[in-house]
Amino acid sequence: MNVAVIKYNAGNIYSVVHALGRLGIQPVVTDNADIIRAADYVIFPGQGEASKTMEYLHLHALDKLICSLTQPVLGICIGMQLLCAHSEEGDTDCLGIFDVPVKKFHAPAHEFKIPHMGWDTLTKLKGGLFQDVKEAAFVYFIHSYYVAQCANTVAENDYILPFSAAIQKDNFYATQFHPEKSGSVGEKILRNFLQLST
Amino acid sequence: MSLAKRIIPCLDVKDGQTVKGTNFVNLRQAGDPVELGKKYSEENADELVFLDITASFEGRKTFTDVVRRVAAEVSIPFTVGGGLNELNDVERMLHAGADKVSINSAAIRRPELIDEIAQNFGSQVCIVAIDAKQEENGEWFCYLNGGRLRTEYKLLDWAKEAESRGAGEILFTSMNHDGVKKGFANKQLSELSSSLSIPIIASGGAGCMQDFCDTFKKGKSDAALAASVFHYGEISIPDLKKYLKEQGISVRI
Repeated sequence: MNVAVIKYNAGNIYSVVHALGRLGIQPVVTDNADIIRAADYVIFPGQGEASKTMEYLHLHALDKLICSLTQPVLGICIGMQLLCAHSEEGDTDCLGIFDVPVKKFHAPAHEFKIPHMGWDTLTKLKGGLFQDVKEAAFVYFIHSYYVAQCANTVAENDYILPFSAAIQKDNFYATQFHPEKSGSVGEKILRNFLQLST
Repeated sequence: MSLAKRIIPCLDVKDGQTVKGTNFVNLRQAGDPVELGKKYSEENADELVFLDITASFEGRKTFTDVVRRVAAEVSIPFTVGGGLNELNDVERMLHAGADKVSINSAAIRRPELIDEIAQNFGSQVCIVAIDAKQEENGEWFCYLNGGRLRTEYKLLDWAKEAESRGAGEILFTSMNHDGVKKGFANKQLSELSSSLSIPIIASGGAGCMQDFCDTFKKGKSDAALAASVFHYGEISIPDLKKYLKEQGISVRI
């Protein structure tokens, strides 16, 4: 199984490499278009800021490449947000796979801290990515921006308001949380992803 | 709201080995921080903190190797701290695979370090640890060098400055409560939590399970850190989480 992890200017890319390593898979971390196109599975991970990461993707022609991929693709955290239409972070136009905006959390009361950080639950689970994952399972989130509930939502969380913990459209899957840091539940989700077919 | 309150065991590491005693007698290498970290992770600890208390340069290199191994083998977020004085030190730890760094004395000596970490790596990686002591007049002052050197910084002022410079979380250790095992500094934690908009990690004072319940309810803490009660097996994390859940606190089980 060939797994490519897209190399770009986001942090935390190697966490996902380690997580795959624990599943016995050695992915290739690359920005090489041919290798990415030929991979069975592509992971687009990371933590970072929307405008700076989009600028990098554009400069390295990774934006067009990602949009043209036909194998299962998994965006994680900023990777998910970059797959959307637009982000309020840096007022940035993103890749537009998902025709939904990324908005900033605004805390209505002091008990809500921003970023939304720590272990929180997954509900209303749908589709192969969450096969055998229990409702209300805990995963690790760390984000200040969110995607609202939409037609593509396949998992939800409620923090300040209900939002998309994961979205899916065709071969594109994306999680706001970090499966690579989410213990055994996260490992299950990564395993599920690596069993998806297009 | 279902966001879980976090339970964080803290492991002191010297020359690549954990220094405090441990209840995990069945481990092949009880002193191996990686084995211990994995064990806590399997018990549903929410995060781990590894503090390097080594003094020597060789020991520091050993610690970097420990961090690499933890990153490869542990599937929950972890923080490293101890001896991180410059951006280079922070970068080395993050490149070795740490999710977050905790800075303490270095941040008080040169507060710009917080800005630099936040700008280069994001606020989410930057925990500012504060050791503070309440004096007889009721005022809390921050201390340097593991509590050996008093500063003129008041706790709340410094915590607010740290937040405004880009700290992602505050780890507050009350020197009055640390080691006494009679509960966390909940009054002060509650004031910190209400005054700041970033998460507060309570540290110092854990003695029994009710202490954790109190710091989440009365102290409004977002997370609680402890060392000896976990290492010596006085409290098991699964028992603690079961108890907290029964008390109506959201925990990850």
